[in-house]
Amino acid sequence: MSEFLQHIVNGVSVGTNYALIALGYTMVYGVLKLINFAHGDVYMVGAFAGYFIAHAIGVAAEGYEPSLFNTALVFVGSMGVCALLGYLIERLAYRPLRDRPRLTSLITAIGISFLLEYGFQLPAWAGLPIEFPPGPSPRFFPELFPRTVWLEVWDVAFSNYDVIALGTALALMLALQFIVYRTKFGVAMRAVSFDPNSAALMGIPVDRVISITFALGSALAGAAALLMAISHPRIDPLMGMMPGLKAFVAAVFGGIGSVPGAMVGGILLGLSEEMVAGYALSSFRDAIAFAILIGVLLVRPEGLFGRRTSEKV
Amino acid sequence: MSEPLLEVSGLEVRYGGIHALRGVALKVNAGEVVALIGANGAGKTTTLKAVSGMLKPAAGQVRLYGKPVVGLKAHQFVALGMAHAPEGRGIFLNLTVAENLDLGAYLRRDKADIKADEEKYLALFPRLKERWTQVAGTLSGGEQQMLAVARALMSRPRLLLLDEPSLGLAPLVIETIFSVITAVNKEGVSVLLVEQNAHKALMISHRGYVLETGKVVMEGTGKELLSSPEVQKAYLGG
Repeated sequence: MSEFLQHIVNGVSVGTNYALIALGYTMVYGVLKLINFAHGDVYMVGAFAGYFIAHAIGVAAEGYEPSLFNTALVFVGSMGVCALLGYLIERLAYRPLRDRPRLTSLITAIGISFLLEYGFQLPAWAGLPIEFPPGPSPRFFPELFPRTVWLEVWDVAFSNYDVIALGTALALMLALQFIVYRTKFGVAMRAVSFDPNSAALMGIPVDRVISITFALGSALAGAAALLMAISHPRIDPLMGMMPGLKAFVAAVFGGIGSVPGAMVGGILLGLSEEMVAGYALSSFRDAIAFAILIGVLLVRPEGLFGRRTSEKV
Repeated sequence: MSEPLLEVSGLEVRYGGIHALRGVALKVNAGEVVALIGANGAGKTTTLKAVSGMLKPAAGQVRLYGKPVVGLKAHQFVALGMAHAPEGRGIFLNLTVAENLDLGAYLRRDKADIKADEEKYLALFPRLKERWTQVAGTLSGGEQQMLAVARALMSRPRLLLLDEPSLGLAPLVIETIFSVITAVNKEGVSVLLVEQNAHKALMISHRGYVLETGKVVMEGTGKELLSSPEVQKAYLGG
């Protein structure tokens, strides 16, 4: 029983992380009908941004006293860097191609992905205050605060990391849910998602809505990266590939374009991975995500929460 | 006579190799309802789209209150006092009726007046009130068209572009929509009305233009066009 519960805890923990990344995929798909394959690499950049900020404010130094302020600074700073990166990617790479066939943007997304993955593996430029690009070898994310066990029920350990990760992720998802469904900007975003041409006729600045959508989605990837990095501190330039792909699967599973779908899809994917690894074969952990993708595409291509697109005139 | 609200001259639009508009010229004076009639493919919708920034014209001038507006983006026209209820109605079927109507007032900040305007249009179209919290995808074609007209009016435009508001609707619904057009025109909104239903359109219009293969071939007052033998023969089944 306690083993099962522990798997649930771990699964939800990984799952919320996938969910946060999946939200970025689903939001961008919603407004642009584009799978932003560079999104996993934005996540990676988020981890490195956090790493550099943490070093800059002395988190890695001897005798560092953990402080809530510094932790928040790392989080917010890294989300900000990701938001800016997402904005720039859209502005420089996707917007000029908006009127071209969809495939052009898709290939560009893969190009951006490679640019970030391999650009970050280049040797550091001389003369920069930070060691950037970080190069190919893994780095260790400094400890923002020590791990402690907060709660033990039936031999299941809840560490402060688990609780904080879950709490932060849920808070961010609720905030996003609020923005999308309860604010004027959210209505504009959903209008752009349905029909950008008609949205413009309402006076909605479509380009700005798309920019903000990219920035929001990318900031969530930054948060996901930090939540992951505090418990799995090994970071490297290719770290975004697998979570990126799996979060994409989660988004498709939940129904791409659907915000609640991305959340549920992420958590279900995390749970299934954990269950497969725990009770079947741990080497199948990665395979299950793609098995789910194939299954969803065969059985219910619109996903759990997706709407079947009908061409109604 | 003061400056026209909208003045279009030499407007040309090409879709790839197709020369859709070949120098369209028309104007809408303040307070007028102007009908743009013509057969399928004559370029009526294209004209509206080129006026409202949805399409880039290859050549020509569009002036709104005397200011050239070619090159502005579609979303900038709303702030200039122009609203366009597009072909196919452009309703956001994923949003509720309330959200759709609110979007019409996207640029407005006067919450109390927005509410008052909503009440006013809901009184004109009571059917929309019954469906207030429903997703617009569940509306009938007529209700969608009412929503499209009401939503366009929510921006408090001085000029309203309407694309085929009667298309595919039951006669009673058409009556409702045309009477609303006449009513808002009486309140000072000028209207450029694209219609297949030439008879109905000319009946409520001060002036009209007949478009044929991308060119204006005839213009006159609503009465003149209604009684012209060419128009009768081509569009009114006379």
